[in-house]
Amino acid sequence: MNEKEYSEYVQGRAKKSPILKNCAFAFLFGGLICTIGQALNDLYTYFGFEKEISGTLVSITLIFIACLLTGIGVFDNIAKIAGAGTLVPITGFANAVASQAVDTKSEGYIMGVGAKIFTIAGPVILYATLSGAIYGVIYYIITLIGG
Amino acid sequence: MEQGIIKLKREPKIISSYSVVGNKEHSGPLGELFDEYCQDDKFGKDSWEKSESEMQRRALCGAIKKSGLIDTELDVLLAGDLLNQCVGSNYSITNFDIPYLGLYGACSTCAEGLAIGACLYSGGIINSCGVMTSSHYCSSERQFRFPLEYGGQRTPTAQWTATGAGAFILGDEGRIKISEALFGKAIDKGISDVNNMGAAMAPAAIDTIKRYFLQSNHSPEDFDLIITGDLGYEGSEILKDLLLGYGVDIRKNHTDCGLMLFDRERQDVHAGASGCGCSAVVMSADIIPNLEKGVLKDVLFIGTGALMSPMSLYQGGTIPAVAHLVRLRSE
Repeated sequence: MNEKEYSEYVQGRAKKSPILKNCAFAFLFGGLICTIGQALNDLYTYFGFEKEISGTLVSITLIFIACLLTGIGVFDNIAKIAGAGTLVPITGFANAVASQAVDTKSEGYIMGVGAKIFTIAGPVILYATLSGAIYGVIYYIITLIGG
Repeated sequence: MEQGIIKLKREPKIISSYSVVGNKEHSGPLGELFDEYCQDDKFGKDSWEKSESEMQRRALCGAIKKSGLIDTELDVLLAGDLLNQCVGSNYSITNFDIPYLGLYGACSTCAEGLAIGACLYSGGIINSCGVMTSSHYCSSERQFRFPLEYGGQRTPTAQWTATGAGAFILGDEGRIKISEALFGKAIDKGISDVNNMGAAMAPAAIDTIKRYFLQSNHSPEDFDLIITGDLGYEGSEILKDLLLGYGVDIRKNHTDCGLMLFDRERQDVHAGASGCGCSAVVMSADIIPNLEKGVLKDVLFIGTGALMSPMSLYQGGTIPAVAHLVRLRSE
């Protein structure tokens, strides 16, 4: 059996992740987080904050909750079931940063937390900024052409 | 025979063994059999790497105490773990007065250490030695995968790194002897999925087991148990299936340390356990006592290790694996 045949054999027999179940839970948990976000938004608006400020406060609140749940060791237990439901919203990003901070504390605040806090979130930050810049250039060119 | 089975002329005995595990392992099917466990997996230390070293220190202390020897009577200590530069062992052995040889064989370290120790003993170079290895879920997870609190999902073929340390003392006394050893070759069948280590390691186990039965006059039925460590569910199934193609049927008496340590369903560990500590503590807590009691008389133990590093994985590398075999017999 050569490498290719073995690889096909292995992939053919390996049990697949339960995609339907994972999608259903991701939908439910993702939806729940968005509903909480909307409720918070309404709450902040009710307290008289402007629309934009309310949006920012919602993000801050969700990040705070995600970081807190990461810190007390609950987030990963929820995410195990929720999957993309907790990963895709801002909560996933907060968890990626906070979990790394908790983990690297033993190497100190400089070379540990300081240097490694963005190990997981770093690629997202870099390429999100980069694609944002590229999008901006394209948008600028289109507006030039379109008048 | 070249590259053949090493038949030990002077057979070392396993004088004693000692196992130390974490809480999850203690809650598993073998829970009561372990010598020592720690409720919070920290073993009183402030970092997971130090916890792993402390776990090793306790295991070796226990094994030496059980053997009735003192550390200065041991000619050499063969030890290793999964951490970079084997620091788990490097720090734990500073507590002892024993010459030290560091090993890296990933999850095969227990079998590798027993095989090397047995060969040194058989050659008359040493009269006693210690073999020790460990793995810690928390230190391995952060080195090889993600931070502990990272919210991700595992695939069904993923294995759970065991928190445990096992130590063995080899020498002149005891009922269990190591009679044969066969060193494995590094085999790479192109698997690069770190969540399917069983598939990466199975070809190495197949090669070693196939060579053993080809070169010896034995058939699998001659043994009470053929135990691999740690292929988990996926790797074990591949091993049994593909060995059958070579005319070696081990389905009746095969088991795997990775399948014994946890209750796969209840403890949510997917394909089973892995890590150097897994085979070490299962051998120490279950197989060796059964050999001592005479419940088992002739056992083939094949330790399998996946030899990748985090760096090689980032570079898209495949996972080479190795499997070392030792034959344990009780008198």
